[in-house]
Amino acid sequence: MNTKTNHDRTCRAPKSVKGYSIKTSPDKTQIGGQVTVTINDHAIKVPLGTTILEASKSLGINIPTLCNHDDLCVAGVCRICVVEVEGQRNLQAACAFPVTSPIKVRTHSRRVRHARRHILDLMLAKHYGECYSCTRNGNCELQNLAEEYGVDFYRFGHLKEPRYTVDNSSYAVVRDMDKCILCRRCIRTCIDMQEVGVLGAINRGDKTKIATFLDKPLAEVICINCGQCINRCPTAALKAKDPTDEVWAAIDDPTKHVVIQTAPSPRAAIAECFGVEPGTALTFEMNTALKRCGFNKVFDTNFTADLTIIEEGTELILRLYKALVKKDPGVAETIPQFTSCSPGWVKFIEHFYPEFLPHVSSAKSPQQMFGALIKTYYAQQNNLDPANIVSVALMPCSAKKFECNRPEMISSGYKDVDYGLTTRELAKMIKEAGVDLLKMEKSDFDDPFGSATGSGVIFGATGGVMESALRCVIELVTGKKVENLFDHAEITPVRGFEGSRIAELTIGDVGPVPDLLKHLVPDWNWLRGVTLKLGVCHGTANAKKVLEDIRNGGPFSQCQFIEFMACPGGCLGGGGQPIPTTPEIRAARARAIYAEDRRSTIRKSHENPAILSLYKEFLTDGPCGKVSHKLLHTHYVARGKYILA
Amino acid sequence: MLVSENETLKNNIIKWAEELGKDRTILLPLLQRVQKKYSSISPYAMQIIADLLDIHPVEVYSVVSFYSFLNDEPKGRFVIRLCRTISCEMSGRDRIARQLQNELGIAFGETTPDSRFTLEWTNCMGMCDLGPAMMVNDVVFTEMTPEKAHEIVERCRQTFSAFALQNKQEG
Ligand code: SF4
Ligand code: SF4
Ligand code: SF4
Ligand code: FES
Ligand code: FES
Repeated sequence: MNTKTNHDRTCRAPKSVKGYSIKTSPDKTQIGGQVTVTINDHAIKVPLGTTILEASKSLGINIPTLCNHDDLCVAGVCRICVVEVEGQRNLQAACAFPVTSPIKVRTHSRRVRHARRHILDLMLAKHYGECYSCTRNGNCELQNLAEEYGVDFYRFGHLKEPRYTVDNSSYAVVRDMDKCILCRRCIRTCIDMQEVGVLGAINRGDKTKIATFLDKPLAEVICINCGQCINRCPTAALKAKDPTDEVWAAIDDPTKHVVIQTAPSPRAAIAECFGVEPGTALTFEMNTALKRCGFNKVFDTNFTADLTIIEEGTELILRLYKALVKKDPGVAETIPQFTSCSPGWVKFIEHFYPEFLPHVSSAKSPQQMFGALIKTYYAQQNNLDPANIVSVALMPCSAKKFECNRPEMISSGYKDVDYGLTTRELAKMIKEAGVDLLKMEKSDFDDPFGSATGSGVIFGATGGVMESALRCVIELVTGKKVENLFDHAEITPVRGFEGSRIAELTIGDVGPVPDLLKHLVPDWNWLRGVTLKLGVCHGTANAKKVLEDIRNGGPFSQCQFIEFMACPGGCLGGGGQPIPTTPEIRAARARAIYAEDRRSTIRKSHENPAILSLYKEFLTDGPCGKVSHKLLHTHYVARGKYILA
Repeated sequence: MLVSENETLKNNIIKWAEELGKDRTILLPLLQRVQKKYSSISPYAMQIIADLLDIHPVEVYSVVSFYSFLNDEPKGRFVIRLCRTISCEMSGRDRIARQLQNELGIAFGETTPDSRFTLEWTNCMGMCDLGPAMMVNDVVFTEMTPEKAHEIVERCRQTFSAFALQNKQEG
């Protein structure tokens, strides 16, 4: 499976040059031809065009890298990967040297070792800060290299004073340019992978720095808070805004009732922070660990993921009903409906495609729905004063930190979610609490939201929202079990990692309208024989393509419903997930998530008993009713992309 | 007033972009035209250019900040750039520097309050055999002496165009 989200490695080449570049498949064997490369006297045959770095890797030879990243195009700027190529006067960057003829390479000759050490020493000469007071201590590529190359003194000195002020303006991303080594991974992430274009290198020579447009604070530019740049940064120059001190303070305060909701993706990844292979889910161990850290209750965000499916699905049905049966042209224009659960994506569309905002579902994201319910429904049920509830959300995402601070997210009368924690930050808290996550016994989530369905879990992977929605729609409309149509209710056509895809589903016979929706539509006859087209896309670069396609009346404009996620791979590849995140690691996390879905017994959101009782007791006027509109739906801001000087 | 200024700026940029061929390869020539006509490239101009060439404003800003001859903030009508590289240094650039500073009452990197002059350093411009060398806008002056510096500044004060200077020198 190819998990790269952006195959076109020449995407930033000018059109004039693109004409000459050959569209290569990421699979190098397709280019044709094999060539022998001899690395440190070991000969190996590789497909033409393989880089020295890749060839060495297959021989088990490690070449250090800093600017190279599996998700990004080649840059060749840091030079730490230099090797000696016989017949070449200068050392060559292994990451940027495609093998096209039989060559002999030395990867650790004296000359190479010296050059690398010098490059490191030069980087450290401009590096301010100490490893012990650094968030990336123990997980820093620069620190690792300094160790590997035995740096025990600063040959060219070390900064005593900071050169820059830390940019703390954003709710999500903190930029500390004193730790930046100018590898430009963040630029390539933001421009090529996400197509947001916040970061660039400004000035020249020793004054070069990574900055935003006009060197403005991050909060004042078009950053969508996706945190993908954080996940690519080899050092602590980019990091998430860390609220752990505030969370600890709340836990320590006996008057506060501290609850945490945990999203599906962190549980599939947190083990990585404890040195375990990617793809190991520790859901129930993590529950125990959270209790040991001092959280009063641990809830599963899957519960509101199920709720999102019901609310968003109902909204879709209403839109379709109004457009197809009532022939309301105003509503017809707002189809396809777009998902709204990814706050990075929401900010992306607010900035770059505000004219498409009417398409976005008004349903809040699961995190915010949960926040609103905790301070209303849960508080009432347990006789708690919502003012004393501190609601924390464990998310794989940095944009969630921004989302919970959006001024409109106070529908409970309080800040719906007080703090957003990333997977990395929680791992740190667990370590600080001295809890050995891997040895924890298993425990379940707390009531009243305890049970969640598998459908909720797969929200974490791209296509997950779509698959859950389909499971519901199929059953609600046809009255038949999904299992009869798809093996294990696994709707595989919407799974996978291609950047964007469309699945089709023709509704055959329809059944009776279920009780939950009776007050909204009289019957399903209008859906009989209708073919639903459903789009899925992940990474905002792909989102841009899909929106342009809709604008041009392409295949995506024929869809009824499109799932968008800001991060490549969906939430499991979120900006708050453990570092590193690579295509292989994303694939492993996806396997863990789908495995968890397989294990859960109730697999459909509308069968979740806790959801049903919520509608019976609290949201009494049903999905998309008055109460749910107040608590569970929101509105958006057309921000636009122009920045005034 | 401001709106219409931006409007003409935008129309000019669109026109030039059409002429040059709307691709990101025309970024530099386009920036040079804007710089020449408006003596600076405003943040608004950068965003218009980014839109036209289908790139991001930060990429335009990155290029503008890279080149000394492109600037995002307005400079004086006359930008005087004195070479600071070694040959010119050895042939007496310090005296010229002092003369220019006294003459204009500003330090290097500054602009006079009346926005007439900006004083800057530059690196070697290939006139090493005729040092000290300096530039006023895009006109090069060689074998500078303090007297010559005084004369040039005076002439700038009296005229409004660097071309007047050029003719004088050639003549
Ligand atoms: S960024 Fe890395 S090398 Fe720099 S202080 Fe932090 S841990 Fe140490
Ligand atoms: S958080 Fe996302 S949008 Fe913001 S700078 Fe980083 S990559 Fe770009
Ligand atoms: S901020 Fe991080 S990713 Fe960006 S250039 Fe600096 S070190 Fe590299
Ligand atoms: S990793 Fe090869 S040049 Fe940076
Ligand atoms: S050193 Fe001044 S022009 Fe070359």
